[in-house]
Amino acid sequence: MGELRLMKGNEAIAEAAIRAGCDGYFGYPITPQSEVMEYLMAERPFERTGMVVLQAESETASINMVYGAAASGKMAMTSSSSPGVSLMQEGLSYLAGAELPALIVNIVRGGPGLGTIQPSQADYFQAVKGGGHGDYKLIVLAPASVQEMCDHVKLAFELAFKYRNPAMILSDGAIGQMMEKVVLFDAIPRRTEEELVSQNPWAATGKPKNREHIIITSLDLDPAGQERVNLKLQAKYREMEKNEVLYETLGCEDAEYVFVAFGLSARICQKSMDLARAKGIKVGLFRPITLFPFPVIPIHELGKKVKGMLVVEMNAGQMIEDVKLSVGCSIKIEHYGRFGGIIPTPDEVVHALENQIIGG
Amino acid sequence: MQEPFVKTEIRKDENIVYKRTDLLVDRPLSYCPGCGHGVVHRMLMETLEEMNIQDKTIGVSPVGCSVLAYDFMNIDMVGAAHGRAPALATAIKRLWPNRFVFTYQGDGDLAAIGTAETIHACNRGENFTIIFINNGIYGMTGGQMAPTTLPGMRSSTSPYGRDVPTMGHPLRITELIANLPGVYYVTRQAVHTPSHVRKTKKAIRKAMEQQKENKGIAFVEVVSNCNSGWKMTPVQSNIWMEENMFPFYPLGDIKVDGKLIQSSEIAK
Repeated sequence: MGELRLMKGNEAIAEAAIRAGCDGYFGYPITPQSEVMEYLMAERPFERTGMVVLQAESETASINMVYGAAASGKMAMTSSSSPGVSLMQEGLSYLAGAELPALIVNIVRGGPGLGTIQPSQADYFQAVKGGGHGDYKLIVLAPASVQEMCDHVKLAFELAFKYRNPAMILSDGAIGQMMEKVVLFDAIPRRTEEELVSQNPWAATGKPKNREHIIITSLDLDPAGQERVNLKLQAKYREMEKNEVLYETLGCEDAEYVFVAFGLSARICQKSMDLARAKGIKVGLFRPITLFPFPVIPIHELGKKVKGMLVVEMNAGQMIEDVKLSVGCSIKIEHYGRFGGIIPTPDEVVHALENQIIGG
Repeated sequence: MQEPFVKTEIRKDENIVYKRTDLLVDRPLSYCPGCGHGVVHRMLMETLEEMNIQDKTIGVSPVGCSVLAYDFMNIDMVGAAHGRAPALATAIKRLWPNRFVFTYQGDGDLAAIGTAETIHACNRGENFTIIFINNGIYGMTGGQMAPTTLPGMRSSTSPYGRDVPTMGHPLRITELIANLPGVYYVTRQAVHTPSHVRKTKKAIRKAMEQQKENKGIAFVEVVSNCNSGWKMTPVQSNIWMEENMFPFYPLGDIKVDGKLIQSSEIAK
């Protein structure tokens, strides 16, 4: 049993990073995620584990520091919120193109533009479909609790290094700011230089006489070569789809209807489920935990058993596209969302179920 | 029937007076004949060989003509996004303090799109070396105006010459950088004559050696020609460089051991 603490989601991210053996954090302040770097700076992780924490001049610099660190085999991360993550899209595309492992945390706030500092899920498309240029995918994890904020840091680094691919934790301002109890996992020691070199033979760590020099790049001017790079990436993404899908179901066994929701929306839907069941409506909850790879097959199978699905998101309807693609046109699938930092109440979600799915 | 061509090996040991360093990969450079990049590559790689730090060096290449520098330098290298090399180098050096780290950047990369990363890495006093090739033009994309293009100088996006009132002034970023407290060594050199080449090599050696002392950024600017972009022969371009580039970008040390040189332009 690990250590039990009461923490903010953002603090849990930071503490988990130190415990996961992260080598470097590079970030830039932005609400509502600034506690990540504040916590790290206060913790003096360099003295605890040797982890470097640096406040960069911009999100552009942060993500490129992560790129440099990752290119040299180190375990590196950054965190930001929506406008800052938009600035990082160039770097994310490069990380994916150069096949580098890294963790990016997006504590999403309402947009577009400067938007608001209140929670939102409007960056689903950006995270899952690739906000940067080119055909690439991030591994995207959507925590729904402070506990998962902690656990997903470790998981994201594991997946990032397993596939040599950037991973993103897509959370929101509410989970980042709210306090819950969290069981912290035991600290994993940072890799030594020798371990790092032997475990990451692909990394640019300095060329010994007995091996070829290593080049980390996403450039291949030869179209045939660049197509091979793309095919390799796509094959990797198919592997992720096969092996890494995570989701949670609640009350789906006897359900006639289901809510499909991730992150904070799924927490709200849990309450909506209770309210609806008290009214005699048999509703369940399907919560994707990995947004990429998306749980296509489980949702497809669920679609065969229920009469309708309400996709609840704090956006104008983004994940619903993937739900519809997974299920097909056999049942009614509708979206209910609030935007701009408004968090839907459990009651209004039940009303939406009654009006849009059951009565609609 | 034609006689088959027989290649006569003329590279006999007794004939060799100069040898390419093994730290340069044996392949044709992608640079235009007459360009200074190849010479700077050689100076840099010879320096690493002489210091015997090939296995302890991580280089960062930019976007621009030298985007493929990693193909020619036989060391571990990371290709950066345009302008971001100093951010990469910051992280690499912080996480690998026992390695020698350098960035190799052109004027568009360092002084336009990467200005913020350059200034802040320098101002933080990061402990790596920046090699800055300034030819006053965007070479790779076909000769467009750069932040360092001289007033009146023609380029494909300033076809009637750089008009300062509408296109702004050329940026002496090296002088700007020399003023930052995190910067320990700043020099401006050239590679168009043997004596300049020797001075540049000394400067690169000093800049790399300095990383052992952990005192901040070492910054070596090399004013170079771009005969293709300037639409001149290599010889013409070198003469033009001496007559036009050097008065605006005067050669010599600007900051040594953390102190500005009083005779340099910046101090005047």
